[in-house]
Amino acid sequence: MADLKVTFAGITSPNPFWLASGPPTNTAGQAMRAFDAGWGGVVWKTIGDPIVNTSSRYGAIDLHNVKMMGFNNIELISDRPIDVNFREIYDVKKRYPHNLVIASLMVESKRETWHDMVRRAEAAGSDALELNFGCPHGMSERGMGSAVGQVPEYTEMITSWVKEVAKIPVIVKLTPNVTDVTRIAAAAERGGADAVSLINTINSLIGVDLETFTPRPNVGGKSSHGGYCGPAVKPIALHLISSVAKTVKIPISGIGGIGYWNDAAEHIAVGATTVQVCTAAMHYGFRIVEDMIDGLSQYMDAHGFRSIEDFRGRAVPNVQDWGDLDLNYKIVAEIHPELCIGCQLCYIACEDGAHQAIAPYNSPHNGASSEQKNGKKNPNGMGVHVPRIIEEECVGCNLCALVCPVENCITMKHVETGAPQMSWKERTQRNPSCAPPTPSGD
Amino acid sequence: MPLRETAPKLPAEQYEKNFAEIEAALSESQAVVESARCLYCFDAPCTLACPTHIDVPAFIQKISTGNLRGSARVILSANILGHSCGRVCPTEVLCEGACVMVEKGEEPIEIGRLQRHAVDYVLDRGIQLFQPGSPNGKRVACIGAGPASLACAAELAKWGYDVTIFDRRENPGGLNTYGIAAYKTRASDAIREVTLVKQLGVKFLQNTEVGRDVTFFGLESQFDAIFIGVGLGETWDLTLPGEELHGVLGAIEFIEKTKVQPLHEVEIGRRIACIGAGNTAIDVVTAARRLGAEAVYLIYRRGEPEMPAFAYEYQLAKQDAVSFLWQTQPVRVLGTNGVVTGLECVRTELGAPDAKGRRTPAPIAGTEFTLHVDMVVRAVGQQPVTDSLRGVRGVELQKNGTVKIDERHQTGNPKYFAGGDCTNGGREVVDAVAEGMAAARGVDAWLGAARKK
Repeated sequence: MADLKVTFAGITSPNPFWLASGPPTNTAGQAMRAFDAGWGGVVWKTIGDPIVNTSSRYGAIDLHNVKMMGFNNIELISDRPIDVNFREIYDVKKRYPHNLVIASLMVESKRETWHDMVRRAEAAGSDALELNFGCPHGMSERGMGSAVGQVPEYTEMITSWVKEVAKIPVIVKLTPNVTDVTRIAAAAERGGADAVSLINTINSLIGVDLETFTPRPNVGGKSSHGGYCGPAVKPIALHLISSVAKTVKIPISGIGGIGYWNDAAEHIAVGATTVQVCTAAMHYGFRIVEDMIDGLSQYMDAHGFRSIEDFRGRAVPNVQDWGDLDLNYKIVAEIHPELCIGCQLCYIACEDGAHQAIAPYNSPHNGASSEQKNGKKNPNGMGVHVPRIIEEECVGCNLCALVCPVENCITMKHVETGAPQMSWKERTQRNPSCAPPTPSGD
Repeated sequence: MPLRETAPKLPAEQYEKNFAEIEAALSESQAVVESARCLYCFDAPCTLACPTHIDVPAFIQKISTGNLRGSARVILSANILGHSCGRVCPTEVLCEGACVMVEKGEEPIEIGRLQRHAVDYVLDRGIQLFQPGSPNGKRVACIGAGPASLACAAELAKWGYDVTIFDRRENPGGLNTYGIAAYKTRASDAIREVTLVKQLGVKFLQNTEVGRDVTFFGLESQFDAIFIGVGLGETWDLTLPGEELHGVLGAIEFIEKTKVQPLHEVEIGRRIACIGAGNTAIDVVTAARRLGAEAVYLIYRRGEPEMPAFAYEYQLAKQDAVSFLWQTQPVRVLGTNGVVTGLECVRTELGAPDAKGRRTPAPIAGTEFTLHVDMVVRAVGQQPVTDSLRGVRGVELQKNGTVKIDERHQTGNPKYFAGGDCTNGGREVVDAVAEGMAAARGVDAWLGAARKK
C-alpha cells in the first residue's frame, strides 16, 4: 500500500492534498470539515488588513454540458480581522495537530509590518507561511500581491525580510502573470524561501454579457479583471511548474486545475511535492479529496511507487527544448474501420485544419466506393462512411486522433524510418546553412 | 343510424390525455443538452438520409449556440414543412436511423425533437424568415394544399412566381391536417404551419375542387404552369360481401373524424376490426383504443415479419394493447338490419415469395371463425385520384393510377407538373416535400425564368 505521507520543506503532511488559499479556507469551521474529509493541509485564506469585497465576485465558463471549465474571481483577501483569523488557526491546530495549517499572508511592503505578521502567525501555531505575491486583482492596485510577485527584486527583498524572523518554513506563492516565472522563482530562492507554490490565478476577463455589455462578474453594471483558474488552467500550471522545477532546488507546491487524482499525479510528475486545490472544492465540496487519495494510492500501487518521492519529477527530464527533439521520429495515423462510426470529423479536421492526409469515404483516393468496399453498415442497415489515411501525406500530427469521438478508433503507429536520431540543434551544427541568422549589429 | 354497440364514453379530460402528444416538446435546457451531444459530423449521414437533405448538424449546432432563428432558417429553407416532419417523420428509418451514435452504441441524437424545438420557436413568435422574390410575371397554380403543393408553392414564391393553391378541403395542409394520428400532430398545428407559405404571398382558394368548381381548361388559360399535388383518394374497397353495411369505413375517413370532430363526439364501436398492417392501420387501431374501444383487432393476412408498418409504429400499437391476428384474412362482414355485427375471417398459410419477395397467403379451408365487432375499418391503402385527371389532355397515368412524370416532374402535357403521393403512390410527408421542391425546380427550368432567390 502506497504511503502518501510527504515531507515538504521540513514539515510533514499526511498526504499531498492541500486546500489552496481561497474561499474554502476562510474559517475554522471549513478547515476542520476539510480535515475530517481527508485533506492533509489547508492554506488559510490570505490574512492581512481586512478588506471590503464586492458583490458579485465570481464568473465561469461552461463548455457544453460541463459547468465551470474555467472560473474567475475578483474576491480579495480575508475580510475578517487579523486576530480572529489567528485565533481560529490556533483552535484548529489544537484539535488537528497532525494536519497542516499554512498561514497565507499579505501586508503592505514594510519590513516591520511583515515582521509583526510573521510573529503573530507563528504564535498562532501555523505550520508554515505562504507569502501571497500572486493575487492579480485589487490587491495589486494597492502595491501588494502580484505587484510584488512581478518584480524579482521586490520578491527577493520581502522574502528576505520574512526570513529574518521566521522560524517556520516560508513558501513564496508565484504569479503566472509574468514573462518568465523562473526569474521570480530564482529571486524567491535567493531571498531564502524554503519553497515556492504556483500558479496563482491568471489575469482574465471571464466574459461579457452581450445584452448589457457588462463584463462578468457584474458589480452594479461594471466589472474588473480577475483571477482565472479551474480545469482550463492545468496545462499552464504544468508548464510553469516544470520550468521552475528545472530552475530552483527548493520544493514546489503545485496549484492549478487540479480536480482529480490524475491531475495531482501530473503535477507531481512535473516536480510538485504537494498540490493545492481550490476551484474543484468550490464546485463539489471537500468530499472530492476521498477519490483523490484513493485514486492516487491505487495508481501508485499499480505502478509500484511506495511514496510520492518515487515518481515525483519523473517527467521533468522529458520536458526538453524543442531543438532537442528527434526530427527523425515518425508516426502516422491509423483508422480502425471496425470501430469507425463514420462521422468524418477526422477527415474535415485534417482537410481544413491540418495536412490533407485523409481521404473521405467517397473519394477516388479511397477507392471509388469504399462504402461497398468496406461494406460497413450500422445496426439499422445504413452505410458507415469510413475515411482512409493517406499514409504518404500523414505528418503524424495527432489531430485526427484528438477529434475522433471513439476511443482507440484512430491510433498513431510508429514508422521505422531507418534514419538516426537527429535534433534541430544537431542538424544546424552539422549544416550551419540551416541555422537561423544570429542578430548582430550590421 | 347508430352502431350496434358503441364504446362507453370516457371522462372528457381522458380524451385529451389519450391524444396528448406522444413526444413532448423539449424544454430549452433539454434542447441545449441534447444538441451538445451531436458530434457535428461532416457530410453527415443524417443529412444524406433525409429526403429533403436538411443540414442537420448545422441546425443542431445553432441550437447549441442559442441561435434558434438561424436554426429554423436552416431547417425551413430545406423543408418548409420542417415542423410537421419533425413530428411525423419516421426518423428511426431516416435521419436518426443513420445517426453515427447508433454505430457508436448510443442513443441517436433526437433530431426530430430538436427540429421541432427550433421550428416551434419561430412559429410561436410569428417570425417571418423568408421573403417572396421580386415578381417575375409568371403565374403557377398548385392543385391540392398538401405537403407536395405547399413545398412547391413556397419554393416558387421565393423565386418570384405568383402562386395560387386550389384545394377542395375547408382547411389547407392535406394529410397533415386530415390524415395523421392526432397524437402525432394536431390539425391546428398543421394549419398554423401553412402560415409559413402564406407569408410568401401564396394565395389559397379553399373549398375549390379543380375539375368541379373550376375547370382544368380555365386554369390553363390563366396560369403558365400547373402543379398537380392532389395526393390519393379514398381507401380501397375490400370487395367483401357486407362491405356496404353501416359501421364499415375507410382508414383515412376514420382518422379524419379524429382530426376534425371533438374527440368525445367521434363515433366508435365497442369492438373494432382493422384490416391491414401498414402505418395507417396503426394510426387506426391506436386511435380506436384511445377513443375507448374495448377490443381492437388488427387483421393481416401475412405474418408479423411481413408487416409493412415501421417497428416504432408496431410498438405503439402493442403499448395500446391491440390484438394482432396474423395470417388472418377477412371473408365477409356480417350484419343485422344494415349494421355491422361481426367479421368472418379465415386463417391463411404463406406460400412462395412473390415478385416483391413477400410470401403469398392462401386461405386454409375449414379455419373460418367470426369476430364479433361493431366496426370494421379498411386500412389497405388509398385509391389514386384518377377520374378528374383523365380528362386533362396529355397527362398520362400509370397502370396503378399514379401520374406519369419525368425526372423534372413534368407530365406528358408540358404545362403540367406533378409530385407527392399522386406520383409516388403514397410515401412519407418528407418525400412529398422533396418532390414538391423538385417539381418547383422543374417548373422554373421550363419557364426559363431567372431565379431570384
